[in-house]
Amino acid sequence: MQKEEIIIAGFGGQGVLSMGKILAYSGLMENKEVSWMPAYGPEQRGGTANVTVIVSDERISSPILSQYDVAIILNQPSLEKFEDKVKPGGILMYDGYGISTPPTRKDIKVCRIDAMDAAAELGNAKAFNMIVLGGLLKLKPMVTIESVVKALKKTLPERHHHLIPMNEEAIRKGMEIVKEENR
Amino acid sequence: MEEIVLMKGNEAIAHAAIRCGADGYFGYPITPQSEVLETLAEEKPWETTGMVVLQAESEVASINMVYGGAATGKRVLTSSSSPGVSLMQEGISYIAGAELPCLIVNVMRGGPGLGPIQPSQADYFQSVKGGGHGDYRLIVLAPASVQEMADFVDLAFELAFKYRNPAMILSDGIIGQMMEKVTLPPFKPRRTEEEIMAECPWATTGRKNGRRPNIVTSLELDPAEMEKRNIHLQEKYKEIEANEVRYEEINCEDAEYLFVAFGSCARIAQKAMEDARAEGIKVGLLRPITLWPFPYKAIAERAKGLKGILSVEINAGQMVEDIKLAVEGNVPVAHFGRLGGIVPAPDEVVEALKQKVMQ
Repeated sequence: MQKEEIIIAGFGGQGVLSMGKILAYSGLMENKEVSWMPAYGPEQRGGTANVTVIVSDERISSPILSQYDVAIILNQPSLEKFEDKVKPGGILMYDGYGISTPPTRKDIKVCRIDAMDAAAELGNAKAFNMIVLGGLLKLKPMVTIESVVKALKKTLPERHHHLIPMNEEAIRKGMEIVKEENR
Repeated sequence: MEEIVLMKGNEAIAHAAIRCGADGYFGYPITPQSEVLETLAEEKPWETTGMVVLQAESEVASINMVYGGAATGKRVLTSSSSPGVSLMQEGISYIAGAELPCLIVNVMRGGPGLGPIQPSQADYFQSVKGGGHGDYRLIVLAPASVQEMADFVDLAFELAFKYRNPAMILSDGIIGQMMEKVTLPPFKPRRTEEEIMAECPWATTGRKNGRRPNIVTSLELDPAEMEKRNIHLQEKYKEIEANEVRYEEINCEDAEYLFVAFGSCARIAQKAMEDARAEGIKVGLLRPITLWPFPYKAIAERAKGLKGILSVEINAGQMVEDIKLAVEGNVPVAHFGRLGGIVPAPDEVVEALKQKVMQ
């Protein structure tokens, strides 16, 4: 049975929740079981935000977890909060831009994706979360890029559909630039 | 055709209300429940089914609008979160006293007082023991998934009308805010005036054909009459207790230990059960779906031969009292919970089982 338990954590405004939503929707497109559980609060742009996404072949029990297969870390406070909660043998992927003290664990795969820089290169700060998603899908191909495109069509209002090719490009960019750090 | 969609529990409540032929929604925004009203406003059912959606000036106004709508035999509902539901308690008591069907949705958050906005199950006592005054009961359903949020709207209305009694969906910030797959129920038309008159001969539908006036009230100044009315209510509650208990059991056949948990916490306990079983601990899960009527008999039956029960709740220990009543001291019963908006993690639940029950 295939099951991926993922935490995506960063600042409010980085697109953490919407990235999780698109990932969950992509799972739905492949007829998988999915759950999307945000840590909600009196959030604001610049505050912390995180969401737990589970994509599974079987019915999901708890949407709230103690440990994760994959942690996607987009700022320093989130690294401090979630580094310990990656399962041994799991993956921690972080964006280098937000991290002053990099992860130290040796029993997990640590990967770096400079998505903030890549988004700036593409000239589109909003592509950031799709670049990160690309990195995740490179490391864990749990859904196909075609399903992500379908999910985008489903979740974006019609007037934004012209942005889908740009998002697809961003995902491919993320797949390219993610790199493993330790080992 | 059935369509599978991904949505929040709160959104599922709104869509299900429209689809099950609700006539009116009256509510006031409060986190973590606001998407119910927001989704209804987006869907504009007044343009399609004719359902009224109204943002009232307060929760007190909302519940009294529900009281009024229910008196005319309409399918009406409100939703709120803990502090808002506290404000509604007077109205709920009146509706129970006047024997009117309606639906109240509580998407619980932490307390007491204004509390935080994070999930909690601390309104168990308020919901099942009577948060307002007087001897009354609500039919209380506890959904554990977004699918059940959708399914229980129609079920709650069916039960409410069957017994002329207010029903409550007792959910929390987890189920309200999380997104899951859901198959929305099929569209059911709103009932016509004729259908309402036939189904609800007690309703204030306007006197026609020389019918005697229907009077809807909870006021009765003659205590002898009021005692009769109370006895009637108690008989009705006995009937509901006999007929409407609902629960789910998972992995109970070979269980030596048992988690009892409801709503979102049952999902967390289910994961804890999976993890504990992976360690070789034979634990099962019993999930009350109706919190009132409570599955006393099912728990008593399941408790036979068990080494211990852990009640897992997002509160300081409320349902555990009912579990103790059910097992009558025959099996040790302990409680584990987190408070004030903190949600227990599955590994904490496994640890609590080891520390509090298996020791």
